Amino acid sequence: MPAEDKYAYPPADERTYVGRRMGRVDGTAKSTGHAKYTYDYNAKGLLYGAFVRSPYAHARIKNINTSEAEKMSGVKAVEIVQKPGSEIYWAGDEVVAIAAVDEPTVRDAVRAVKVDYEQLPHLVIDSEEPPHNIPPDTSPLGLDDLEDMARNQVPTAQMVKEINERGITFKPEEAPLDRMPADIAKAVKSAKQKPAEKKPPAWYKPAAAETQGDADAAFQAPEVVISEGLYGLPVITHCCLETHGAVCEWTDSDHLLTHVSTQYISGIPGQMAEVVGIPAANIRQVQENIGGGFGSKFGPDRWGIYSAKLSKKAGGAPVKMMLSRAEELEVAGCRPSAYARVRVAAKKDGKLTAWDSFGWGTGGPGGGGSPPIPYLIRDRVPNYRIQWTAVVNNIGPARAWRAPNHPQACLITMAALDDLAHKLGMNPLEFFKKNIELTGPRANIYMDEFPVADELMGWSKRWHPRGDKTPGPIKRGLGMSMHTWGGRGHQSECDLTIQPDGSVTIKMGTQDLGTGTRTAILAVAADTLGLTPQQITLLYGDTRYPMSGGSGGSTTIGGVSSATRRASVDARDALFLKVAPVLGSTPEQLEVVKGQVRVKGQASKALSWKEACAKMGAVPINAHGKNLGGRDPLMNSGVGGVQMADVSVDTEAGIVKINKMVAVQDCGLVVSLETAESQCYGALIMGISYALFEEKVMDPTSGRMLNPNMEFYRLAGIGDIGELVVHMMVNKYDGRGVIGLGEPPVISPGAAISNAVANAIGVRVPMLPLTPARVLAALGEQKGENA
Amino acid sequence: MTTNNKSSGFSRRDFLKISSIAASVPLVAGPKVIEVAGQEVAVHGPGAVPVTLSVNGKRFNAELEPRVTLLDALREHFDVTGPKRVCDRAECGACTVLIDDRLVYSCTTLAIEAQGKEIVTAEGLGGGDRPHAVQSAFVNNDAQQCGFCTPGFTVAAKSFLDRNPHGHDAEIAHGLAGNLCRCGTYRGIHGVVAQMTGREPQGNAGTTMIASRATPSSKGDA
Amino acid sequence: MIQFEYLSPSSVKQALGLLSPNWGDTEVLAGGTDLLGLMKDFVLTPKRVVNIKHVSGLEAIRSEGDGGARIGALVTLDRIVEAAHIRQNYPALAQTVADAASTQIRNMATIGGNLCQRPRCWYFRNGMGLLPKTPDGKSMVVEGDNRYHAIFGNEGPAYFVSPSTIVPLLIAYGARLRIAGADGERELALEKFFRIPGSDAEREHDLKPNELVTEILLPSAKGVRAANYEVRQKASFDWPLATAAVALRMNGSAVESARIVMGAVAPVPWVSQEAAQAIANKTINEQTASAAGAAAVSKARSLSHNNYKVKLAAVAVKRALLVAVGQTVPDLSTAQRGGGA
Repeated sequence: MPAEDKYAYPPADERTYVGRRMGRVDGTAKSTGHAKYTYDYNAKGLLYGAFVRSPYAHARIKNINTSEAEKMSGVKAVEIVQKPGSEIYWAGDEVVAIAAVDEPTVRDAVRAVKVDYEQLPHLVIDSEEPPHNIPPDTSPLGLDDLEDMARNQVPTAQMVKEINERGITFKPEEAPLDRMPADIAKAVKSAKQKPAEKKPPAWYKPAAAETQGDADAAFQAPEVVISEGLYGLPVITHCCLETHGAVCEWTDSDHLLTHVSTQYISGIPGQMAEVVGIPAANIRQVQENIGGGFGSKFGPDRWGIYSAKLSKKAGGAPVKMMLSRAEELEVAGCRPSAYARVRVAAKKDGKLTAWDSFGWGTGGPGGGGSPPIPYLIRDRVPNYRIQWTAVVNNIGPARAWRAPNHPQACLITMAALDDLAHKLGMNPLEFFKKNIELTGPRANIYMDEFPVADELMGWSKRWHPRGDKTPGPIKRGLGMSMHTWGGRGHQSECDLTIQPDGSVTIKMGTQDLGTGTRTAILAVAADTLGLTPQQITLLYGDTRYPMSGGSGGSTTIGGVSSATRRASVDARDALFLKVAPVLGSTPEQLEVVKGQVRVKGQASKALSWKEACAKMGAVPINAHGKNLGGRDPLMNSGVGGVQMADVSVDTEAGIVKINKMVAVQDCGLVVSLETAESQCYGALIMGISYALFEEKVMDPTSGRMLNPNMEFYRLAGIGDIGELVVHMMVNKYDGRGVIGLGEPPVISPGAAISNAVANAIGVRVPMLPLTPARVLAALGEQKGENA
Repeated sequence: MTTNNKSSGFSRRDFLKISSIAASVPLVAGPKVIEVAGQEVAVHGPGAVPVTLSVNGKRFNAELEPRVTLLDALREHFDVTGPKRVCDRAECGACTVLIDDRLVYSCTTLAIEAQGKEIVTAEGLGGGDRPHAVQSAFVNNDAQQCGFCTPGFTVAAKSFLDRNPHGHDAEIAHGLAGNLCRCGTYRGIHGVVAQMTGREPQGNAGTTMIASRATPSSKGDA
Repeated sequence: MIQFEYLSPSSVKQALGLLSPNWGDTEVLAGGTDLLGLMKDFVLTPKRVVNIKHVSGLEAIRSEGDGGARIGALVTLDRIVEAAHIRQNYPALAQTVADAASTQIRNMATIGGNLCQRPRCWYFRNGMGLLPKTPDGKSMVVEGDNRYHAIFGNEGPAYFVSPSTIVPLLIAYGARLRIAGADGERELALEKFFRIPGSDAEREHDLKPNELVTEILLPSAKGVRAANYEVRQKASFDWPLATAAVALRMNGSAVESARIVMGAVAPVPWVSQEAAQAIANKTINEQTASAAGAAAVSKARSLSHNNYKVKLAAVAVKRALLVAVGQTVPDLSTAQRGGGA
């Protein structure tokens, strides 16, 4: 048989754990409060770190005086983060770092530092439409520009285009080519080098329009139905419950032990080595649990680096630097906003013909990447013109937020298409079916999912045209949306050891964000070895174990499951080689079933696992599993999901209430069903939260965030979620392999809920979150009031 | 089985036990006493003063400034880290503990005020080393993801169930409104209450429901 | 928090002796649910904190012979909810308190603290001042994001809103307040307790820095139909966007007299004579309640971002009136509070 076939997963009826509900292996440790996080680290001599932060959104540091703080008893180390002369681009940026014996003391010391600033003009509001006539920036790109673009998730193709057209101001060898996507590195190497141009500061950075076909002609074609609208979502934050932070200590003069709260354990040493001045090999990162990341915790950040620097200054003592809630919301990540004026056209039969949009949004000082609009259908709409202007402003910098740019693109697109379906007099479900080819390679998956979602929601029975005609102020409506995501597994490696006494140990340098990574690894290994998860010890969360990629972009499950499967199969086969002679058989004829090694189908020719392992002799079996990246058949890319929302709206008070949400989701072969469903439930709730409540509110005068707390930065509570139904497309697409699930289900809720509200009240509420102010304004405009 | 990495630095062995120091070496003198309105009243602080707390049935002593909250005393001085610091402003519930069987936010209680009372955290909810039945129900219903809100939520759920043994959905929404989760585990928590009150959980398990019937055919079926 | 000295007096007299005559030097700690947050954010930086939880005589709920009640300032919110006398005689109050904040807060917060809590205004809470000013002397609230700010009493310099969800109903019931100070005790109507500060050095109430609220006096509510309606966006633990409390005395099916008080709409609880007049001698129904809601906001003045609150305040008044006379009203996330006599 081909060498690869032995790694293939057995069919569903031969699996005990993979694809089934097996319970979260770390559940009890968490629910009893015993699970430890970076924030929980306590040790003898622990110091507490904190930052002096800029109160201004845009300023230049004139002078820093730390003498009062340094004199305070209990203060152990002070480091200047940004020297006088440095320019500050957002309120809350770090200026000085301090470590002291306890937290009250370090907070006192922070208040004792005097910093003089020269205030500079700032912009923190982004919802106003930028001028349409700003010429695109054609000046050559510096390294900073590239970094901004990368940080703002500007699509690779767009970056390549800009590099080719604008040229670069640096030498290619000055760029971190090895850390760039291959296409970008290639573009940089072949780019024209030009002198840097002195650019005046600009709040707006328009990108060149992207076009296909002839949009103008398509809108003027006879017999087309045109819908126009404005759609958008504000900047929101990650609001990880465990704030960003780190504990670092020097175990000797050139070895650093770090506990960064991170989504990328294996990547921490490499990102810290240069700044702390020791080889990456001398840095050990350990993290058992992480209290939320959602895309915002990949690097060591200033808190990681300065906890190491302060520790060095304080003689190596561990320094805990955890952000406060206000700091977390103000500086540790925001999801870029996106707004767009959209025109769409279709033939009377519902076939979409053209898209035209002028969009803008901010990702803070780096501007913002353009969301991939029109979402799902971009490359297949016959005619389009897409314009995008990045708003460069003085809010905290953007970080990847679960499914970067996708929830924004999805809302703008699905709301515009829902409005078009309304103009066409079509049920949106029929409209999407009519245009399903435009969704490309996952069209068949959506077509499979539609009837499931329809049945679970009762869509076809209950859907009504826009505007609930029921008397009284409460109006009810249905809305839907669909989404996709890549999610191919990242590079990941696994060491699996079987000892002669039968004990099994797995070592992986991965992390479990609460997605169920540990549970999934054990499901794969237990199934492959015919054991229970309880019989296997999983060691993880440490750079001393084999590397694993960062847990971002839904890449973890594919990566770790393949590496684990490969190590488990190889170890099992090595065991078969030792045991076959004892059973009077050949290795190919053996199987493992429920703790027994036996000749296939023969219960009488069997050894217990322990007896079998005893035949190994004194030498343990060790297998190293490593996935094959892009050519690994055990994992794949590209999922499809459909979601529907049922809402009620109080049209007098403007309140939106979720009655029910349905998520139908594909992710290829489901590894851990229960935690996969939990990902979807959680995504629906996170989606409800950003659809109804979340917004980073900025004050125009001070340039500061007004709601850096959990009181007015509202998260959905347990009473806000309605009934949630999740259906995983199990045992249907198993042959595609394992595909990531973290991002996809959080993409659609905003669009589905916005569409449901429009269906209920008969008018589009253009912007999320759907607050009473916005709902009442939309209803007022419908009635011709000056809202 | 998953194993904590024993060398991760989280070992209790390393933890500074202030109680033993305080017992042998009195670091701080007793409080100053002043007379007001004909009665004596003790002035604590502003520096550190001796504080004794009873947590999960154990006594802990430390020298704490009056400004130290119960949450910070538990976490930083007694290594009781089940209660988490998330909002630190009585908004999110991650620090929830029981004081004399009343559900409170430990972030908004001064440690010095909590003396002479019985404090119970998630670690002590089961009354011993075993998890409380509510905590097991959190596992059974997968009512946790990253787990950072979970210990506080288990304490709140236990207290809620004590007072609402038949708690239904509307009561859950009201009674557990003081705890927030970011990963989105509320559906599981509804399941916890349903299990503990002997009811069918709200909604349904969509995957099972449809999977048990004929699944629709697919052009792309692999 | 900055360092402070901490004292736990055992009597009112002793507590009063420990309080400074100047705001800012000392603060009173009761439930702590508001105070500690303000101290953590350095909005308040007292050098002395006086914990009054061990002060005797302030923790009782007493019933008066005529059905009235006296509630000690240290009574926690959960005890008001559980008190049989309150549930029987002031069911709307029991319901309103039950719906305040969260279980944890209700177990900690005292009714005295609820009256004295500081505004939730995000400029104030972020340390920009109670009456924050731009560099050129304008109001930061007027120039900035005022979506949660006042639509009444907002001629300046104050634009924040009175935060308590309980106080409007207490005022509608005609509650009075007892206050202890160095010169003895005084009593005043609860609505007179609240005032609009003219400078950052003043507070939102009539209390002197070295006075204590000791008791809330509720007159008998026999024959009164009361209700409170809050418009909240979230179903769980959220500050309302507008609230209305009503207390009606009926003559047959017609309203004989009415007290209508809005919350979260002005720097003080906002008593609406206009709404009361609109329903005088009328039967409460959808039309008259709507008219009262419209009358209630006839003099509202919205800021740049809070026009919607005018509509919400009108809806709250309308719905509170309907609930008071036993009619059902729409109830999504908006909590419907305290119907009945």
